Amino acid sequence: MKPLEGLLVLDFSQFLAGPWAAMRLADLGARVVKVERAGVGDLSRQLLLSNLRVDGDSTVFHSMNRNKLSYAANLKDERDVDKVKQLIAQADVLIENFRPGTMTRLGLDYEQAKAINPRLVYASVTGYGTEGPWKDRPGQDLLIQALSGMAWLNGDADDPPTPFGLAAADMFASAHLAQGILAALVRRGVTGAGGQVEVSLLESALDFQFEVLTTHLNDGGRLPQRSAVHNAHAYLAAPYGIYPTRDGYLALAMGAVPTLAWLIECPELAAYDNPADWFDRRDEIKTKLAAHLKTRPTAAWLALLEPADYWCADVFTIERLLAHEGFQALDMIQEVVRPGGTPLRTTRCPIRIDGSPLVSDKWAPRLGEDNERLDREYALRAQAPT
Amino acid sequence: MVRPLAGLTVLDCSQFLSGPSAGLRMADLGARVIKIERPDGGDICRTLYISNLELDGESTLFHSINRNKLSYAVDLKNAEQREALIALIRRADVFVQNYRPGVIERLGLSYETVRTWNPRIVYGSISGYGAAGPWRDKPGQDLLVQSMSGLAWLTGADGQAPIPLGLSMVDMLAGAYMLQGILACLVRRGIRGTGGHVEVSMMDCAVDMQAAVWTERMNGGAGTTAAADSAAAELRACRGIFRTRDGYVAVAPDDRATLAALKASLAAGGEPELPMQARLLEQTTAQWLEEWSSRGIACGEVCDWNGLKAQEGFSRLHMIQQVEGARGSSWATLRCPIRIDGERFVSGRGSPAIGEHNDLILKEFGL
Repeated sequence: MKPLEGLLVLDFSQFLAGPWAAMRLADLGARVVKVERAGVGDLSRQLLLSNLRVDGDSTVFHSMNRNKLSYAANLKDERDVDKVKQLIAQADVLIENFRPGTMTRLGLDYEQAKAINPRLVYASVTGYGTEGPWKDRPGQDLLIQALSGMAWLNGDADDPPTPFGLAAADMFASAHLAQGILAALVRRGVTGAGGQVEVSLLESALDFQFEVLTTHLNDGGRLPQRSAVHNAHAYLAAPYGIYPTRDGYLALAMGAVPTLAWLIECPELAAYDNPADWFDRRDEIKTKLAAHLKTRPTAAWLALLEPADYWCADVFTIERLLAHEGFQALDMIQEVVRPGGTPLRTTRCPIRIDGSPLVSDKWAPRLGEDNERLDREYALRAQAPT
Repeated sequence: MVRPLAGLTVLDCSQFLSGPSAGLRMADLGARVIKIERPDGGDICRTLYISNLELDGESTLFHSINRNKLSYAVDLKNAEQREALIALIRRADVFVQNYRPGVIERLGLSYETVRTWNPRIVYGSISGYGAAGPWRDKPGQDLLVQSMSGLAWLTGADGQAPIPLGLSMVDMLAGAYMLQGILACLVRRGIRGTGGHVEVSMMDCAVDMQAAVWTERMNGGAGTTAAADSAAAELRACRGIFRTRDGYVAVAPDDRATLAALKASLAAGGEPELPMQARLLEQTTAQWLEEWSSRGIACGEVCDWNGLKAQEGFSRLHMIQQVEGARGSSWATLRCPIRIDGERFVSGRGSPAIGEHNDLILKEFGL
């Protein structure tokens, strides 16, 4: 039995952080209903940044919304609001990521929802929190990365600030939102009462940097110094980095420099036997190492390093990875199909429970696909006059 | 307010970042988290230094990840100490480990064994590449998983050499995902009374991080249509961090309307054919931000940490808290990013010395 079976989650959110958290709850066994604006739906259905449409919706939408149902509602129409409130009365979790104030105007903020259903766990994700001078700014991953200092951690010393090439702030906010919701559900099992969970992209982006920010806060405010040579982490010593070889690339994690020198037959590096130098003379060591690693192919280096369990790896592209038997053994790809639609290959939930991966072939819904069914199952009836 | 996980006992046998970051989150959410450590050296992270900075003789890295926890030192080869640990496991709610596959079995603390002592326990495991398959014995290290998973190709421009993500993002998400599984199993235990086993691998998590990119890559072909026009490519080219006359600026148009507004602002007052980056050098960051904000285009400043800390918006978040170390030192770190019922979770307890709480725990649990 999946752990959250029997729970009903209403997902009012759009784009990434909220929908991703809701999908995780679905993978863990909850029934997740997207409550979407009639006629338009989640704006990420038409996200312009995505090149491909499958059955009319963007692949981004498909990957963040599989395993959900869709209930279309016009929240400016009393009759629809009535029904949505009846749904809230029967739900366990509500997720929203509107700008602060929007849910209050709709009559669906935490206090209003709590009056309908005191057992409800109500979860909000914002860009910058609900107070302070930034609360109305657009909560956009790239802008959060730029503001939070994250962009100064990638690339080499002379590069401009370089954002993480994926929506890192959204991903962590999403993970934190799910953690808060689940912790509140654990508490509800004891006390019977619901609660309110709030996260913001900015706070989550700061938490992501908590180790290096803690160093900064206690070293007199020094800023991160990216390595000038194949930087992979501003705070880690040589040889940490990805290096070009004669035919590709090689990743080296933390390890003793003299051991490395001996294994890869590079006597020039053997003299660096003081661990403090691996940090303080990082660029000098890495420059010599980079020159040496260019002389042989990746496989030759791996053959020397792997038997000694020196921390190293090949650098795969997605295509090479997909073709590798090691990857196929993970069984990370699943197929979902909308009735009458085209099969879609996507990834599965990365969590295993009691030895089994959490898979589901339930597709990302068409807008309003489940209205009739949900009206019936939850006995939703408009009470306001027509 | 009673914290949501108050009353729960977590035994954390994990080391480094992935498992311990999940333990830290549980501690902030109210659980009592006990690090189970070897008496000689403990968590290897204690001596893993970054920037040659240490606090109380241990790395700042260790202190950031392990504040708000207790430490219980056990020599598993000592029969008496081992019995005491088993008695502690019988009383615990959660058990966490991140050894390479096979090691926890050799230590006699696998899920199959532990559940016979305590069927209500929720047991979380993090591995590098899963418990089966040809990669199972590879080291589960963040940069190596990034390199093997394709993550290294996502940052920077097309055609560039691979650029790693500059933080241990896979470690941290693997910890977060394991924690989601653990909490979900605690919800289930509240209903059914039994525990469970949660497993994540760093490789699976690295793939999950790329769900959108991969879904796009794997589905070109029959039944798909390309985005209607060239707007998608144009939009991607116009989003990012750019140089200005006096620094940098971030801009992120996200639909046709804001893309058109951005193009209008670039065309106004400049040479019409000037590439975007060249045009942006003609004005200061403040000028661009003012102009774009008035046109409704999402944009923002690019800060380093000192620039960020100087702003009112940052201080209003109250993200920094002060904690007390085991030896009386005091240092600054961040708080838990989650708020519940309006409360920010802070805790002044620093990180423990190895075995600092053995006596307390032996007495309290009557071991």
